[in-house]
Amino acid sequence: MMRWVRLGLPLLIFALLVIVLARGLEFDPRHLPSARQGKPAPSFEVPTLASDQLFSAKSMLGKVWVINVFASWCTACVIEHPKLLQLARRPDFNLIGLAYKDDPSATAQWLKDHGNPYRQVALDIGGQVGIDYGVYGVPETYVINAQGVIAYRHVGPIDDAFFDQHVAPLLNAHP
Amino acid sequence: MSTEGNIRQRENPPLAEGSADETATTERVRSLTEQLRCLVCQNQTIADSNAGLAIDLRQQVVQQVKAGKTDSEIKQYMVERYGDFVLYNPPFSTNNSVLWIGPFILLVLGLLLVWRSVLRRPQGSSPPVPTSADQRLRLQALEARYQESSQSLQTPGGRPSDRHKKLTEE
Amino acid sequence: MIPELAQLALSLALMLALLTGGFGLWQVTRPEPPLVYLARGMAGSSVLVFSLILASFGALVASFVLSDFSVLNVAENSNILLPLPYKIAASWGSHEGSLLLWTLMLSGWTAAVALFSSRLAPGFRIRVLGVLLILQFAFVGFLLTSSNPFGRLLPAAVSGRDLNPLLQDPIMVSHPPLLYMGYVGFAVSFAFAVAALLEGRLDPTWARWSRPWANAAWSFLTVGILLGSWWAYTVLGWGGWWFWDPVENASLLPWLAGTALIHSLAVTDKRDALKSWTVLLAMVTFALSLLGTFLVRSGVLTSVHAFAADPKRGILILALLVLVIGFSFVLYAARTGKVGLGGQFSWRSRESLLLINNVLMVSALAAVMLGTLYPLVIEVLTGNKMSVGPPYFNAVFAPLLLPAVWLMAIAPYSQWKSMPLGEAMRAMLWPLLGAMLVTGLTIWRWGKPSLLLVLGLAAAVTLAYATVAQARQQLAKLRRHGGSVLLSDRARQLGMSYWGMIVAHVGIAVFVAGVTLVKTYEVERDLVMAPGQTESLGEWRLTFIGVDSVPGPNYQAGHGVFELTRGSGREITLIEPEKRQFTAGGQVITQAAIEAGFFGDVYVSLGEPVAADRASSRPSEQAWSVRMYLKPFINWIWWGCALMAIGGIMTLFDKRYKRLRARPVVAEPAR
Repeated sequence: MMRWVRLGLPLLIFALLVIVLARGLEFDPRHLPSARQGKPAPSFEVPTLASDQLFSAKSMLGKVWVINVFASWCTACVIEHPKLLQLARRPDFNLIGLAYKDDPSATAQWLKDHGNPYRQVALDIGGQVGIDYGVYGVPETYVINAQGVIAYRHVGPIDDAFFDQHVAPLLNAHP
Repeated sequence: MSTEGNIRQRENPPLAEGSADETATTERVRSLTEQLRCLVCQNQTIADSNAGLAIDLRQQVVQQVKAGKTDSEIKQYMVERYGDFVLYNPPFSTNNSVLWIGPFILLVLGLLLVWRSVLRRPQGSSPPVPTSADQRLRLQALEARYQESSQSLQTPGGRPSDRHKKLTEE
Repeated sequence: MIPELAQLALSLALMLALLTGGFGLWQVTRPEPPLVYLARGMAGSSVLVFSLILASFGALVASFVLSDFSVLNVAENSNILLPLPYKIAASWGSHEGSLLLWTLMLSGWTAAVALFSSRLAPGFRIRVLGVLLILQFAFVGFLLTSSNPFGRLLPAAVSGRDLNPLLQDPIMVSHPPLLYMGYVGFAVSFAFAVAALLEGRLDPTWARWSRPWANAAWSFLTVGILLGSWWAYTVLGWGGWWFWDPVENASLLPWLAGTALIHSLAVTDKRDALKSWTVLLAMVTFALSLLGTFLVRSGVLTSVHAFAADPKRGILILALLVLVIGFSFVLYAARTGKVGLGGQFSWRSRESLLLINNVLMVSALAAVMLGTLYPLVIEVLTGNKMSVGPPYFNAVFAPLLLPAVWLMAIAPYSQWKSMPLGEAMRAMLWPLLGAMLVTGLTIWRWGKPSLLLVLGLAAAVTLAYATVAQARQQLAKLRRHGGSVLLSDRARQLGMSYWGMIVAHVGIAVFVAGVTLVKTYEVERDLVMAPGQTESLGEWRLTFIGVDSVPGPNYQAGHGVFELTRGSGREITLIEPEKRQFTAGGQVITQAAIEAGFFGDVYVSLGEPVAADRASSRPSEQAWSVRMYLKPFINWIWWGCALMAIGGIMTLFDKRYKRLRARPVVAEPAR
């Protein structure tokens, strides 16, 4: 009996290894899960594009809102922008743009060229807010629920399922 | 290697040398940045990478070191935002005990196995009887070698064959 | 036209390999097969398959040399301005090209086995070649279906994308071919093991025949890894030489298994012991080669070395892995029982020492494998991403391997079957004293005592001393017993196998010494230097002269010039690091300048021009960031590895192999 265990051991270890590797093939090694997901959204207060007033994350407490991290130098942002413009027409979709490491005048120009879906455009010129949220690329989108907790982070351009899967449920819970 | 390969080279502007304070800061920053991973690179630390995020995080580290934060506070800061992945070395926790202790357990098990299998064998019995033509060939070859050198191996005391075996069975 | 012919050649090779390999393996199991004719036929077929694959590889190289940009692979990896040697090297700079190189190596080794095995019992020979041919079928099949290097790009590109500048280095030209020679070479010992199991017996034949092939593969792998490490050191710009990067680890795994294998084969060969363990090792070593191939090409792990990730390819390689290795492990489980226990030995014997060596190698192997795959396992199981970096490997690897170095010191004094322990221990006395002396002197002179330094350096000195002393002892013994007066005669009598071992073990001592000393005593300075400024590090002084803009064949370089002087000496060496920007892709790389010496390197690399906020910012006064290193004894790392490889190659020339060839073939006895 022991002999069969000993003889079969290499095969067993190999089989386990293959299973791990096969599953591993499905993953994208560059994808990073969000460390802040499920945790309170870090508060921040930064200048905005439109007015002299500062934007504070605290002001959104009690509402379901979405931060879209973008920049004028980001090519992928152009891909998702039409979807954002469309979603922005919904009155319950509180979309706040975070201009990440961007020059305000470049941001303004880009929004003029491509359209502005954002309720407000927060300026994160130094990237500090990005670091706080764990941003590692653009575009990224954070969905924050009414309790101020980050419900979901999407990396890359948003897809069509984004709103229905991740925002709508929260809105239904908290109209 | 694909032309998309991103081997980055260490080109960050150096942290200026100068007073003893600055040297200490530089040392701490270097040590910390070598422990933090560049998240947008292929397997590099933020010390070695020139990517935008790496430079930003380096600056964060510098600021925090100058502000007097401890190493573990700074690492904690990074982990809160980027997860365990940002630490280049795995922390020693119960989950990771397999990783750190595993090889040594394997070593001990291996040595035990060896010990048992060696001890279970009957000690020092006669060498195996050659069963195949190849073995016979080999024995002939050895014997031929023995013939060649046995003339010069005649010495008082001790059998030539034993000494011969020791000299040539390397 | 030529690429299409090349594909035709590959398809022919594919069919030929399958048909002859399959036919041979099938026929040999039938009653009364015409063994000798079958064996000769398969040998001939192996050579033919090799010629076909060589021709197609030649066609790929020709496409690169001619800059035929209608071939997609050439367009993606080469450029008009690329210097000729790098055009050739670009043939294996991509996944497809390097896979073709892999396949070429496999067919080359197979042809070599075919040519050198005429004295091998024909039934066994048929099985060995059969396994190798089937392997070739699998690889050519994979190549043609998913990784064809001969795809066309129509209309042809005007100029190519260019070879990654980091690969445009003479070392990089030789590193992949030699590395692959090593990886693929272990397919031979794998084939021998599988053939032996298929035959149902494990007599010393297969061990004796496997040894030179395993030793050769191991030597090539050693050189391949050494070149990779040296390249990283010279080109990456910051003095590192080993990063525990997943792909580097992927090459280390078969090396560790291969080291265990060559020692285990020695036991099985000499003493007919450890048979089933050695067979398993032979299979595992090649399995690790294949695993390495998978890791590099599937995109499963992040690595600076990885080819562009393609999960589809990954699935195919995984399938290949499962078929080849799965089959061999099943065979192992099914057939090993018939093998028998083999020779017996006491716990104080050479067999025992080698067995412990094996255990240590396998533990080290497990450590590296664990560290490399753990992040993936955790991600599969929990979805979390975590990191395993150099500190883990350094902490775990050295404690596992250093004991092996210490044991190696005793090894030459050990004897087969049973040895008087006291004698071996007494022989250690002088080496240990020597080690303590050297270590003590080193610490006294240069400080920085640490556990690593003491254990590492002492191990290295003990090993070197003990090994050389044992050789001297053997030579003296021969003299005492009436051997020739001439040293060369007595040396020859000990045999190349013996001397190969001595050289390789000394190589390890040199390597360990180099690693220990460099890690303990290396120093680095990050500087900003303006022209005319002098900085010093240790006893060296560096004066920055300036940076010129100089054109290269396919790049524009910032050519830095420094003066280097040592101590108070007046001899000035010019040191000239560069920063190259490549015309085709715009990539910038750093070419460090290294003043290499027996006792260490001075390593200088250019950083960036520092933004001058001073009053004048003329080019002649432009300050640059500069990095300067002192790396004591770093070259011992590579010289040590080179000695190891030389030792391995030396064993191939042992007299016993010549003698074997002189004997007539003996008919195979009935089973």
